[in-house]
This record gives sequence, structure tokens and C-alpha cells, in this order.
Amino acid sequence: MGLLDQRFENGNVFITTADNLLNWARLSSMWPMQFGLACCAIEMMATGASHYDLDRFGIFFRGTPRQADVMIVAGTVTLKMASRIKTLYDQMAEPRYVLSMGSCSNCGGPYWEHGYHVLKGVDRVVPVDVYVPGCPPRPEALMEGLMKLQDKIRRESLVKPAPLPHAAADRA
Amino acid sequence: MTPSEIVDLLGRTFDQALLDSKTEGVLNSWALVAPDRLRDIAFFCRDDERLQFDSLMCLSGMDHGAGILGVVYHLDSTPLGHRIVLKVKVPAADPRVPSVEAVWKCANWQEREAYDMVGVVFDGHPDLRRILLPEDWDGFPLRKDYQVPEYYNGMKVPS
Repeated sequence: MGLLDQRFENGNVFITTADNLLNWARLSSMWPMQFGLACCAIEMMATGASHYDLDRFGIFFRGTPRQADVMIVAGTVTLKMASRIKTLYDQMAEPRYVLSMGSCSNCGGPYWEHGYHVLKGVDRVVPVDVYVPGCPPRPEALMEGLMKLQDKIRRESLVKPAPLPHAAADRA
Repeated sequence: MTPSEIVDLLGRTFDQALLDSKTEGVLNSWALVAPDRLRDIAFFCRDDERLQFDSLMCLSGMDHGAGILGVVYHLDSTPLGHRIVLKVKVPAADPRVPSVEAVWKCANWQEREAYDMVGVVFDGHPDLRRILLPEDWDGFPLRKDYQVPEYYNGMKVPS
């Protein structure tokens, strides 16, 4: 380490880990896919517009799943739509994240019992990272959810997770 | 015209086809007519000078229970400013009602919706297929005896 230690000035060089660099890049440009399903989408649009201004988080909406990192499921997922959502999710490049916005998307919401046409939670077709409760959630709540997702990405690592000690002992 | 005058006129013109009616009360006055004469009655309602029902405001499919389906037509006359409701009832075993798409074009999608939800079959409709539900949906979900399927295309449906 003698070659590198204390050789850099504080100006233009940053020292960090690959984990930190990747996570910082990912969490600073979470581009959601631009689609809305119901009234939650109106709140999502309001969150993106100037009053709440998602752009300051580096979040802006993309019109194709190929360019999107985050899927905000904003609204009621009907059974007809569910297979389309699954297709769109599969078309997104990894790493990809799903934020379920509102009661309908979380668990079926008001259609929980009598909605013959509603999927009771989008997590039945795609894996969900963050659930935002509300009917619909206010823009502040959606931003809180997005910041939670940023926290989650910040804790990611390239390192393979180590098995728990007792699990390793069992295998041996 | 008042609702009772309209019903009287329909009764005089179509005689046997007028099965029942109600012309008092707060809600819309209605006339229950025979399904096989429905298209003639609809054309008469639209074209007769005294009626001039140029607008079909709403077309609804119904399940009355006990094996009876129905369709309800809310008519409005823009030039004369009067209204009437036509109703038909058909057995669920053979739920065929003549289409009024030729009378009021706006009936096209509304009849498709009634077919989609309740399963009323509209004879003479140019394009009778599902409008809201997926094409591969099984059954008519707004019928009273409808059972929610356990799975739809591999997705669990009930909570």
C-alpha cells in the first residue's frame, strides 16, 4: 500500500469501493417506466411535476421498459393487465426494481373480496421491493417509498452473501 | 308528452307487445315490452313525430335472478324534451334480444358490454364480442350465479 498511500490530493480524485460507486450510480438515476393504471397514477404524475419535482432525485420517466430501472405499479392491477405487467417487467434490464404504489397494487385494495377481475396484489406476478400504502398515497408518501428504495440499493453489494454459521455447519 | 301519454301511444300502436308499465313515482317511467317486437318499437320511438327519441342515453344488462335476464333502455328526446325507459326480459337459458344497433349507433359498444358482463345475446349485432374482459374469459361475471374461478391463466384470483 506504500505506493498508493497518501499520494492523492483532495481535488479531483475520489477513493471509494466498487460497491459504493455502483450503488451510488444506481440510486442516483432510478428511471421509472412511464405507465399508470388508475387514480394512483394521477398522484404519481403530480409527484413528477414541478410542485414535487422528482427530477431532483434523478428520477424521470422513460417510455420503454428497455431504458427503465424501476417499475412503479400505480393503480389497480386487473387480471387482464397483470400478464402485460409481467411482460413489461421481463423486458426491463437488470438490475430492476418494483415499487408497488397504493392499496390496490399492494393487496387488491377495495377489490379484496368481491373483485372478480382484480389481482389481489401485484406481488403475485412480479417481485416487489417497496410497498407504499395509501388510497391513493400522497406525493410525499411516494417520495418516501422511492427514498426507501434508494436506501435498499445503497445496501446492495457485489459480494456473494455468506451462509449463516449454523447453516455452514449443517452442510459440513 | 307525459310518460303516461307515451305509454298509451305505445300500447295503442303495439297492443300485445306492451306487457307492463309504470308511469307514476319519482323515478323514470318505464314500459316492459315483448323482446320479439323490440326493434319495431325502437324504430317507432325514434321516427314517430310525436316521440322523436333520438338519443339512447343508456343501455343496461340486468340479471333479475331466478333465471331471468333483462335489458333496460333509457331514451331521451332532444327536440321534445321527454323521456321513457324501455325494458325487456328474457330467460337466461335462451337470452336472445334483438339488437338496436341499427336504430341508435351508440348501442354498439353498450350491447357488447351487456353481453360481456351479463351474457345477453343481441341478435343482429354486427360485431358481438367481449369489450372489457379478456377474450379468453370464461363466463359472465355480473350474473348472480357467477362463481369466481380459482385461477385465471396461472394467477390465483380469490383473496
